[in-house]
Amino acid sequence: MIPWWAIALIKAAVILFVVVTTFAYSMLFERKIMAWMQLRPGPNRVGPWGMMQPAADAAKMMFKEDLTPETADPLIYRLAPFISLVCAMGTFAIIPFSESSAGIWGMGNVNAGILVIFALTSIGVYGISLAGWSSGSKFPLLGSVRSTAQMISYELALTMSVIGVLILAGTTSLVGIVHAQRGLWYIAPQLVGFIIFIIASVAETNRAPFDLVEAESELVGGFHTEYSGLRFGLFFIAEYLNMITVACIATLLFLGGWNPLFGLSIVPGIVWFIVKAGLFIFMYIWLRTTLPRLRYDRLMNFGWKFLLPVATLNLMVTAAVVAVTAG
Amino acid sequence: MNPYAPVGIFLAVAAIASAAFCIVPGLLARRRPNPTKSQAYECGVEPTSEVGGRFPIRFYLVAMLFVIFDVEAASFYPWAVQMRALRVYGLLEMIVFVVVLGIGYAYVWRKGGFQWR
Repeated sequence: MIPWWAIALIKAAVILFVVVTTFAYSMLFERKIMAWMQLRPGPNRVGPWGMMQPAADAAKMMFKEDLTPETADPLIYRLAPFISLVCAMGTFAIIPFSESSAGIWGMGNVNAGILVIFALTSIGVYGISLAGWSSGSKFPLLGSVRSTAQMISYELALTMSVIGVLILAGTTSLVGIVHAQRGLWYIAPQLVGFIIFIIASVAETNRAPFDLVEAESELVGGFHTEYSGLRFGLFFIAEYLNMITVACIATLLFLGGWNPLFGLSIVPGIVWFIVKAGLFIFMYIWLRTTLPRLRYDRLMNFGWKFLLPVATLNLMVTAAVVAVTAG
Repeated sequence: MNPYAPVGIFLAVAAIASAAFCIVPGLLARRRPNPTKSQAYECGVEPTSEVGGRFPIRFYLVAMLFVIFDVEAASFYPWAVQMRALRVYGLLEMIVFVVVLGIGYAYVWRKGGFQWR
């Protein structure tokens, strides 16, 4: 009999490997899709169809000189990318990818799943704010303070938008929420919550059109201006993993997780999960090529004056409907 | 077995992997620092002033507002999960809570706390 911790170790290694590979190839596909949308060929030199591009990028980053500005706080400067990456990777411990007769496809069923994920993503903000602060340089400091303000503002709308789902499902366990959607996916009764979730999650992961954190035209590169080589790469990986995490959460909370569409239960649940999360990631890329970047004051006003009240209203209406009809 | 134990193991593996990512380039990459390279980036000119001078107080305000509203969001969670059991009583309780909160929200709005200039 294999002890449980050995199984958990193997599972963790497999999930991390799959997730990092997914990161590498979704990055390639983002570049390809953006290129096609702009009528360019995209990366096509390394390997057939550019398929080895992620490996080439990783090798390049590893051999780049690792610079630390003399004004930087050396310890925190080195710690910041580590914090970002651990938090971004850690969320995959909670996400269930599918379910079969053998059990949950993932690290297990945690009863406070969605709370743990929000806790980890909140800690991830530290990575960005510490990176900018410890660089000892002006642009990173500005970028990180901006991004911290943006991320905490939209985190409010994000946490409020999923409460409607929790009211309907009556549980915070992600597996429980997916089971509760066997009949009807929550995108239908929680359409407002879903739209708020999309907007807030794009802002939370610092993606276009909310990528004011990077804003290369005004802030050089934002909080990672001083980072080079693989340390810069770690922030990049963390940002991308956060995007994949958000796609997974949207799939689990609103799009029915691994529940099949049209009762097609012959197709395994994991395929449904990948298709739904993949569509969500494609939407992210589509947004990036379509919309210009917002102005900072509009971004903050929109978050506080529109998204937050609408999210609160949405959850109170949901609660009222459930209170009256539950029985 | 505690269901959080595998999560702890996963976090440990993630921490080891991230640490490896942080250490490997230090071993592989050549380092040839010189005074110009290790200067803080400032578009190629000599830094004109110290970092961390005056700073808009707005960011500080946002942080304070965030703490208030995040605590509020946290108190919604247990209520949301138990909504089916609490029914109309729970709804009325939460309406009182939201109204009190709404008064504070309206006050901050009137005072221009959300206005980003």
